[in-house]
Amino acid sequence: MKPPPFHYHDPRSLDDALGLLAEKENAKLLAGGQSLMPMLNMRFVFPDDIIDLNRIPDMASIRKDGSSIRIGAMTRQYALERSEVIRNQCPIIVEALREVGHLQTRNRGTIGGSLCHLDPSAELPTVAQGLDATIHIQSKRGARTLAMADFPSFFMTPAIEPDEIVSAIEFEPWSKGHGFAFVEFVRRHGDFAIVGVATLLELSADGMVSRASITLGGVGQAPIRCGAAEGIVIGSNCSDAAISEAADSCREIDAMDDVHVTAAYRRHLAVALTRRALKKAYDRASGETAA
Amino acid sequence: MTDTRAIALTVNGSRHDIEVETRLTLADCLRHQIDLTGTHVGCEHGVCGACTVLVDGQAVRSCLMLAVQADGAIITTVEGLASEDGQLHPLQQAFHDNHGLQCGFCTPGVLMTLLEFLQHNSAPTEGEVRVALSGNLCRCTGYQGIVAAALDAAGRMRQEPDQINGPKKS
Repeated sequence: MKPPPFHYHDPRSLDDALGLLAEKENAKLLAGGQSLMPMLNMRFVFPDDIIDLNRIPDMASIRKDGSSIRIGAMTRQYALERSEVIRNQCPIIVEALREVGHLQTRNRGTIGGSLCHLDPSAELPTVAQGLDATIHIQSKRGARTLAMADFPSFFMTPAIEPDEIVSAIEFEPWSKGHGFAFVEFVRRHGDFAIVGVATLLELSADGMVSRASITLGGVGQAPIRCGAAEGIVIGSNCSDAAISEAADSCREIDAMDDVHVTAAYRRHLAVALTRRALKKAYDRASGETAA
Repeated sequence: MTDTRAIALTVNGSRHDIEVETRLTLADCLRHQIDLTGTHVGCEHGVCGACTVLVDGQAVRSCLMLAVQADGAIITTVEGLASEDGQLHPLQQAFHDNHGLQCGFCTPGVLMTLLEFLQHNSAPTEGEVRVALSGNLCRCTGYQGIVAAALDAAGRMRQEPDQINGPKKS
């Protein structure tokens, strides 16, 4: 198994990369390579040109941009795991990353690569949707942004044009002391989840949920926000009854069948994991506010 | 018709100026062009971990990287662990002493993974070792000997911290 022949380009600036991408008919962008390289090795893809983004110096950074956090698309997963800013202000990313592949793949894998590969059960797109992230996109024609909710167009396909590159992801971190949980079910540690749930909660001073975000990965072809469940927990104190009612509302979601498990089993997991994630997130949020 | 490119790799302290096909993986480059066959190639799609090497100190799948991407990098393979006089690295010695390998096919990748892991976590729990090894498939041992060896190695390397990076690089 060897990659098929291709022309290799390693531009030194985003502008050069955009120029190449606009010019080449059948090019693939190489980010961390943890999905594209297997597909090349197995000859599932035959690009005429590979445009390697790894030598572009300013695409990997984590920085505060006013009140938001902006992460360059080529930021490695390991760098996110170890970032003080991310650990302190958005710990759900760190919790989700522990489930992403292994040490060796996180050392290469990038956030932009995970988002664009858009595996239905990948952890980072699920978390990005839960955070209401904004995706920054560039091409020779200019720059634009897309809400993460609008980023998936269909199965494993982001809503970007062939000449566009995702340059960064940006989001507003939740308030200090917010509750969070990323919970997934997977047969072997490091595999893509069968179902994963990203949950964020903010509490008001009286311990009631004032803001909630619940996102399911792996159930549909793209991450699914559970607005009904969010509506049920907001204004509650996450009693067992409220959590059960919110989790049960996930049973209505249209789930997919595939070779791994049935749609009914995915719905069952969605309910069970949402219950666990809400409990964990609420306990964390209330523990923080009590301290 | 394929593209080639001149690259420079520093592997286990020795510089190699070579011409590679741009589609060549780092794993095949190490094995076929630099003749270091200690790095094993198992699945070639990033699952088995046998090809793990350190690139600039980080454990990576060398089957999921092109050799051209490693141009200018410092690479450590399993051959870089023991001293030139043949004295085993404490990690290797721990595997020997704890029966941490049977057929040995997965061992180079396991060792290189643990080399980076133990630098970040010098006193791991058994659970942490098992998570760290989850990206390396071993079909012989059932992992018992590997985990015991990793925990033993962590203890030895705490005693001899200067040996963590293996023999001195020129």
